[in-house]
Amino acid sequence: MCAMMPTRSLSEVWSEAEIVRRSYPNSFSDQMVADIYGNVEQITNNVLTKQGSKRYLFDQKLDDLVTSKRFGYPLMLLLLVIVFWITMAGANVPSRLLASGLFAFQDQLTLWFQWIGTPSWVHGVLVLGVYRTLAWVIAVMLPPMAIFFPLFTLLEDSGYLPRIAFNLDHIFKKAKACGKQSLTMCMGFGCNAAGVTACRIIDSPRERLIAILTNSFVPCNGRFPTLIVVSSIFIGGAVAPYTGLVNALVISGLILLGIATTLLISWLLSLTILKGEPSSLVLELPSYRRPQLGSVIYRSILDRTLFVLRRAVLIAAPAGGVIWILGNIYIGQQSLLTSLGQALNPFGQLFGLDGFILMAFILGLAANEIVLPILLMSYLSTGYLQDFTSLEGLRSVLVSNGWTWLTAINMMLFSLLHWPCSTTLLTTYKETGSKKWVLLSFLIPTMTGLSVIFIFTQCVRFLGLV
Amino acid sequence: MKGAERIDALADLSPGSVCQIVSLELSGLLRRRILDLGIVPGTLIRCIRRGPSGDPTAYLVRETLIALRSEDAAQISVRTLLNGEECI
Repeated sequence: MCAMMPTRSLSEVWSEAEIVRRSYPNSFSDQMVADIYGNVEQITNNVLTKQGSKRYLFDQKLDDLVTSKRFGYPLMLLLLVIVFWITMAGANVPSRLLASGLFAFQDQLTLWFQWIGTPSWVHGVLVLGVYRTLAWVIAVMLPPMAIFFPLFTLLEDSGYLPRIAFNLDHIFKKAKACGKQSLTMCMGFGCNAAGVTACRIIDSPRERLIAILTNSFVPCNGRFPTLIVVSSIFIGGAVAPYTGLVNALVISGLILLGIATTLLISWLLSLTILKGEPSSLVLELPSYRRPQLGSVIYRSILDRTLFVLRRAVLIAAPAGGVIWILGNIYIGQQSLLTSLGQALNPFGQLFGLDGFILMAFILGLAANEIVLPILLMSYLSTGYLQDFTSLEGLRSVLVSNGWTWLTAINMMLFSLLHWPCSTTLLTTYKETGSKKWVLLSFLIPTMTGLSVIFIFTQCVRFLGLV
Repeated sequence: MKGAERIDALADLSPGSVCQIVSLELSGLLRRRILDLGIVPGTLIRCIRRGPSGDPTAYLVRETLIALRSEDAAQISVRTLLNGEECI
């Protein structure tokens, strides 16, 4: 009784082996990695001698404070306020000096142009247009940047930023996003284009897209000066003795509003077009380091401040010329600039802004830095600014053009919540590779901003507060 | 290292306790990331602290502090060590 042995071909055996192998899909690779790490461990133990863990204890103590239940969140808020307070308090005097110096030089330039005998339109385009806008951009932007960027780089170098992500991950998870989004938002403070690029650190494609689409809700460096100047004129200026601190609080409040909007929009995106559940988070918390002063100054001044300033100057110069030309070409009684402003005005008024503000924001698509200089240029193309250097002088220009506190708040809100600049849009295209996401990254902040200021304005007007 | 006891999820560890990785029940990209960080079966891991709102938890693995969400840590099974204090 000899049972027939089943004839097994090689392929049958192989497929059986394959089934067995698949039933333990991970154990083999796990074993490989474990072995590699085992070897590494052995080698390290032979070669390295460890010193005392003093450093580690220091890290522990600092982390106890920085990520504690009681102090974790207040400490982040405090740092935010302090950074902006130092920035604004410190930028005040240098800004004034720069402005008076640069505008004094404008008079000198005018004399030279007269001496050479250039036609008045050349002087107009080059001095009153290009030079004056450049002077505004530099005087308004350079001092806050030269203070903010080193401070921010200090925080970045010290190893504090990953702790922010650690503290905030829980909230981002509730918005079905990734905690690392707080890091890309931090990058956005410097420049939204850099923030969008930084979204590469987020592993899940869905969460990365959310972070990219909402990055512009964090005010970038090009928008800070606008926020600071408007807040100084209309809010801080009203409370004389504590101007600096009040401004810092206002700006910090605006940033918190930006963060809240980011979370809300992230959550809404997760419910609608980017549906999904929060994925995982693997976040390394490196040890704290003493920042290298030299590299902080080098990186913040050369890499960031001058880089951003250069970009702003390159865009502001031609824009200044164009604005002057528009302001001095007359069709009938009105300059082209005034006609444009008036055409946009009804739309602007509906949202509590005016035509010139809208136009400045539209031109600011090239770079947010030029919004305020362009706006001032538009107001001044017909008028004459007597006092370039003090906030009081600026205030009188704005007020004589119909600004109220409502306009000021709307200006700040819309600066915080509007379309990203062209560089950011281009970066978004590079990162996502799709025009659809670029369009959305334009539309989402714009619609958000317009709705916010529309509702705010209508409420204030309805209540008769203005 | 002999005080081996029962199998737990990494997420259930309370800050200060030390354990040894038994297996990873994760999949996909996260599994690779975790393996890449040297969190492999046999590795000692110490729970250090929870975030201010209690969710991401920081673990010390191979002298590196790594934060994981509780959902992810729940899929890593570990063996608690009684005399773990001196091990890491």
